[in-house]
Amino acid sequence: MIRIDGVSHRIGHAPILHDISTQLPQGRLTALIGPNGAGKSTLLRLIGRLEPLQQGRITVAGHDIATTPTDRLATVMAILGQQTAIASRLRLAELVAFGRWPHHKGRPGPADRAKVAQALEAFALAPLAHRFLDEVSGGQAQRAHIAMAVAQDTEWMLLDEPLNNLDMAHARGLMRRLRLMVDEGRSVGMVVHEINYAAAWADHVIAMKGGRVVAQGPADEVLTESLLSDLYDTPIHVGQHQGRPLVLHHC
Amino acid sequence: MDSGFAGAMTRPQTRLSRDALVLGAMALALAALSALWMFQGLGAGNRGFILGLRGGKLAALIAVAVAVGMSTVLFQTVAANRVLTPSIMGFDALYVLLQTGLVVVLGSAGFTGLPPAGKFLSEMAVMTALAGLLFGTLLLRGARDLPRMILTGVILGVLFRSISGFLGRILDPNEFAVVQSVSFASFNRVDVTLLPWAGAVTALAVALAWRLSPRLDVLALGRDPAVSLGLRHRATVLAVLALVAVLVSVSTALVGPVAFFGLIVAGLAHGLMRTARHAVLLPAAGLSAAILLVGGQWLFERLLGQAATLSVVVEFAGGLFFLYLLLRGRIR
Amino acid sequence: MRPLPALGLSVLALMLGSLTVGAAHIDLRAVFSDSQAMLVLLESRLPRTVAVALTGAALSVAGVLIQALVRNRFVGPDTSGTAEGAALGLLTITILWPASPLWLRMIAASVAAMATTALFLAVIRRLPVREVMLVPIAGLVLSGVLGSIVTFIGWQTDLMQYVGTWLMSGEFSGVISGRYELLWVAAIAAALAWFSADRFAILGLGDQVATGLGLSTATVMRLGLAVVSVVTAMVVTTVGMIPFVGLVVPNLVARIMGDNLRASLPVVALVGAALVLACDLAGRLVIRPYEIPAGLVLGILGALLFLWLLHRRPAHG
Repeated sequence: MIRIDGVSHRIGHAPILHDISTQLPQGRLTALIGPNGAGKSTLLRLIGRLEPLQQGRITVAGHDIATTPTDRLATVMAILGQQTAIASRLRLAELVAFGRWPHHKGRPGPADRAKVAQALEAFALAPLAHRFLDEVSGGQAQRAHIAMAVAQDTEWMLLDEPLNNLDMAHARGLMRRLRLMVDEGRSVGMVVHEINYAAAWADHVIAMKGGRVVAQGPADEVLTESLLSDLYDTPIHVGQHQGRPLVLHHC
Repeated sequence: MDSGFAGAMTRPQTRLSRDALVLGAMALALAALSALWMFQGLGAGNRGFILGLRGGKLAALIAVAVAVGMSTVLFQTVAANRVLTPSIMGFDALYVLLQTGLVVVLGSAGFTGLPPAGKFLSEMAVMTALAGLLFGTLLLRGARDLPRMILTGVILGVLFRSISGFLGRILDPNEFAVVQSVSFASFNRVDVTLLPWAGAVTALAVALAWRLSPRLDVLALGRDPAVSLGLRHRATVLAVLALVAVLVSVSTALVGPVAFFGLIVAGLAHGLMRTARHAVLLPAAGLSAAILLVGGQWLFERLLGQAATLSVVVEFAGGLFFLYLLLRGRIR
Repeated sequence: MRPLPALGLSVLALMLGSLTVGAAHIDLRAVFSDSQAMLVLLESRLPRTVAVALTGAALSVAGVLIQALVRNRFVGPDTSGTAEGAALGLLTITILWPASPLWLRMIAASVAAMATTALFLAVIRRLPVREVMLVPIAGLVLSGVLGSIVTFIGWQTDLMQYVGTWLMSGEFSGVISGRYELLWVAAIAAALAWFSADRFAILGLGDQVATGLGLSTATVMRLGLAVVSVVTAMVVTTVGMIPFVGLVVPNLVARIMGDNLRASLPVVALVGAALVLACDLAGRLVIRPYEIPAGLVLGILGALLFLWLLHRRPAHG
């Protein structure tokens, strides 16, 4: 479980998060949703110690992120921020192989190689393994980054808008794979922009707005018409499709 | 060089051996150039003296080359950017300012009277502390805003140079001459008395960089991925900056500031090697720098008889090469 | 207070200060009765003061123009290869025709400056990634490359002394009557820009907007290029390159007044004049009776100003 207690955050003088306390349950796929500027990414980056914690306390599977050594945390959680270009000229396989670094610290063994090969296979990257990152499409690079996080093989995976750049088929493939990993006992927290991916795949939803958590709970309890219409300040209908909520925002 | 990430490759062996082959060829070329440098036109008389003279200069050139090449690669890694060199960001200007400051405080007599080794080592220590403080803050805070970080470095360089010039102006002419001699690069005026110390410091820095090299590979991914992989980002950045400061101190103390030389060398290393692994890149940068410097100095001093112009040619060629890289889109 | 009158007054005050400071003591109230003082004033002090003010004003305006041409706030005429180009032109004409008349040297410097600035623009247009930081860095490196060519030729032909006065820290101590009048050409060129201020403002908005508004970008670019080159060439020829004015002043003014060039160009000119006057004055006062070149003072002051600009908390979050 990830526990967040009384976390506030500001960048310069601008307050981003106001006294947030919430939890991401163990063994579930948790989606963070909300309008632009709600503070979802900041919260995720704070959990993943990509930003220094200013106020409050966060524990990941019992490890306080403020006191646990960062290399220990890297074996407990993997976080993928919204990626920026990488300066080194790397092949896809080399990038994914870095996911094993927390485990071998520079001396990969056969087990590490197997995990990397698996991750490449899982994201259909094996044919591209020897291409350079700057020679593949944005979506392919994105999949390589996700594969790297998967190869890190941690109890928790935190993903900031991982569906960016992915086409429908690959987005769905990613969600299916995450679902599978959760069903096998891992836990996932992700910022989701397109709300129907949350509706279709998430177990648990945390809805944020203006730096506060406005709702949290099982997906079908949070994704209701009144709540979503308030959240996004626009009229939204929620239907049903194959037993899951389907959010309609056309017209 | 076994600690790599070639593990997932299906052809790790061929790639590794190709890079190793190129490195080997470079080492051979350097050895051949060094032999040429040492023994060309060696007359019968006074061999020992001439060999000693040439040997000292050769060692100095190689130490400078290794220092410049490695410091540039290290700095580019820490800044996650291929455009930057310690010199563009004002590292060597800071060192020159330090030296000028010393002249102002001690007077030219005091400055030249200091024991060279002690002076060099203490300057290096101050330089390391200052660079860590200044550029550490800049890099760690500036991660969000790269353009601003780079511009700040560039402007700091101008500021340091101007303050050095300013201090130079308020000195008397004798002291000004001392200041001027440390503010311009010259591969002829190598300070051989510093050589043992500079060599030892360089060797130590090389060993440390080698030990750090797997971590450098992770650092080069950029801050977020590196933190995510559990690298102690802050500590590593500061350690690398300290190494850069030490290496820049070595090269600046020996020959003065060299503007774009590091850029060519780092560009060559990245261009020649087919990997982003520092265990390969660092030796490649050091070797190509040494080949260029020893070869260039041989060409200009022995063949053209115009030793003074090597630094200008280096600047010119380095700048052109940089623009070429820029236009080819190899720099982001 | 409205900026223009206030600035005008401070420039006047600085000019008065500049007139009274110098190796020879002059009482401004007594010049009409003291012919010696009158001579110093007319032959040395006044030319110097006017030269400083003209240089500051013209270089600042040139800075605004080059920033509009490359659409980047972090370049100036001293970091776009322009000054080195002018020096290269001067060097060439000095070697080819040592006794060449002034007007020819002026033309050579201007033409060469135009060529290298055009080269800079061409390089920038080809940058594959339009990133803000690459533009100033490309300019710095291009300046370095051109500078090394100038140094090399200067060395080979024993003309390093000239190169030093053109490119290293410009100073006004050598200015006397009859040796600064070229700067008026720079001032006139800068004034010409004001008549096209709107065009440059639109150019700064981008090719698409400019074309959409029916502006011929090529013509405006050529005009801007000519003004920047002529201003820089004149300054390099007479007093040597003054760094940073063209970079800092436009940024300072744009922060306060925005980019409506028709309104801001006169302010830019006055602020530039005031800044260089102040630096020249400071350089003359610090180690009296010796002098520190205004360019060097600007290197320090300008760098600090620029760092402050860069690290001020931005207005938005």
